Amino acid sequence: MVTTQKSTELTKRGLAQQLKGGVIMDVVTAEQARIAEDAGAVAVMALERVPADIRAQGGVARMSDPALIEEIINAVTIPVMAKARIGHFVEAQILEALGVDYIDESEVLTPADERHHVNKHEFRVPFVCGCRDLGEALRRVGEGASMLRTKGEAGTGNVVEAVRHARAVYGEIRRLSCMPVDELMAYAKDIQAPYELVKEVAREGRLPVVNFAAGGVATPADAALMMQLGVNGVFVGSGIFKSGDPSRRAKAIVEATTHFQDARVLAEVSKGLGEPMVGIEIDTIPREQLMAVRGW
Amino acid sequence: MLALQGDFKEHAAMLRQIGADPVEVRRAEQLDGLDGLIIPGGESTTIGKLMVSYELLEPLRKLIESGRPVWGTCAGMIVLAKDLGGLRQPLVGALDVRVRRNAFGRQLDSFETDIPMPEVGDEPVHAVFIRAPLVESVGEGVEVLGTLEDGTIVAVRQGNLLATSFHPELTGDSRFHLYFLQMVDAETETAAVSS
Repeated sequence: MVTTQKSTELTKRGLAQQLKGGVIMDVVTAEQARIAEDAGAVAVMALERVPADIRAQGGVARMSDPALIEEIINAVTIPVMAKARIGHFVEAQILEALGVDYIDESEVLTPADERHHVNKHEFRVPFVCGCRDLGEALRRVGEGASMLRTKGEAGTGNVVEAVRHARAVYGEIRRLSCMPVDELMAYAKDIQAPYELVKEVAREGRLPVVNFAAGGVATPADAALMMQLGVNGVFVGSGIFKSGDPSRRAKAIVEATTHFQDARVLAEVSKGLGEPMVGIEIDTIPREQLMAVRGW
Repeated sequence: MLALQGDFKEHAAMLRQIGADPVEVRRAEQLDGLDGLIIPGGESTTIGKLMVSYELLEPLRKLIESGRPVWGTCAGMIVLAKDLGGLRQPLVGALDVRVRRNAFGRQLDSFETDIPMPEVGDEPVHAVFIRAPLVESVGEGVEVLGTLEDGTIVAVRQGNLLATSFHPELTGDSRFHLYFLQMVDAETETAAVSS
């Protein structure tokens, strides 16, 4: 008798495997979703406001209107992701019911729970979560995340935080890879990560799930920088549709992510892209408005 | 293997395990001297667009005409197909089948199952389908290698072309990769004899 199983760990993590080497773009309308798909995005993130606008407008940022998400789902053939607030498991239930392909439990929205994230094992839909270091990454995997993204600082057009977080995660993995087994428990305690997952990372020399970069990627060079640092792909939020020529910039970032080691291609695709989004110096942002520190 | 986008690293790991020497192809000139090519899973629209931008479609068609074995998994099956039932996106268009994209539904309908595949081995192949395509109809000369219980076609071969809806690169079973290497070895021997 043949058994068929849906929504297994393999299918959830496997979709992230298919997205590797690609660009996931924030879109706020069906029209933008079509532009993203035409430019070669591997998936779109459906939301009401891009992080730059959330930052500018302030207030509580919540899950997007289901009608908008549905409209975007119907507009494209590529996977559609949507964001739920940290710890807001009912927003996640609603997004699952809508049939989104991935949920981003995201620090870009205002957290709904200041202590707990969603128990993602309970869901059939896979989740992607943000991380700033290996401990945070493995806590999210422990809760059932099927994909990770380094957080960066969303809506700034400034890649410095994305670099900091990617260097932290991959540096810690490199340290773990040559650590004697008898030191792993103390290390797990130090970084507040589940011991079994720490052992797995030490053994395999890599994260258990796919990891993309996010937060502040605004140019083809930014995307290639993150790829060379070791991420598996990139999320571009405000960087595309807050720039002068979104379609052209989107296509250039897609090509830069594929040819991330080929400086000739990077030079070619970076030419004449028009105005990038206006960037923000991280030091000028009041501490309580930083998004990356949300997540526990 | 074609390394424009997708899970080509998983294919490379499987090939290395069974003694092959995979290289990553992103530009047309890198196709020279290959014995065979794998087009991995990924997003078929993305892979298709990058094949157009970097002028890979014609060189790929030539590679196939020259008899080199080419295997597409999931997105790779889609870009090899001749007919997507009206969907317009760039295709190599060499495999005489009609393929339906996202045929089983959205991610929530992705699944794992076992499929008898006598060409590949006695034991059934454990297969994972992720937003997978299916083969709606096949032309003459296309051999069906595997179907689901309800008869849905999910693995086909047409001469030097192999295509699967599912991802043998993700399940740790190297038999499909061995089967492809046999196709490559047979072709390399034929080419050596005829020259």
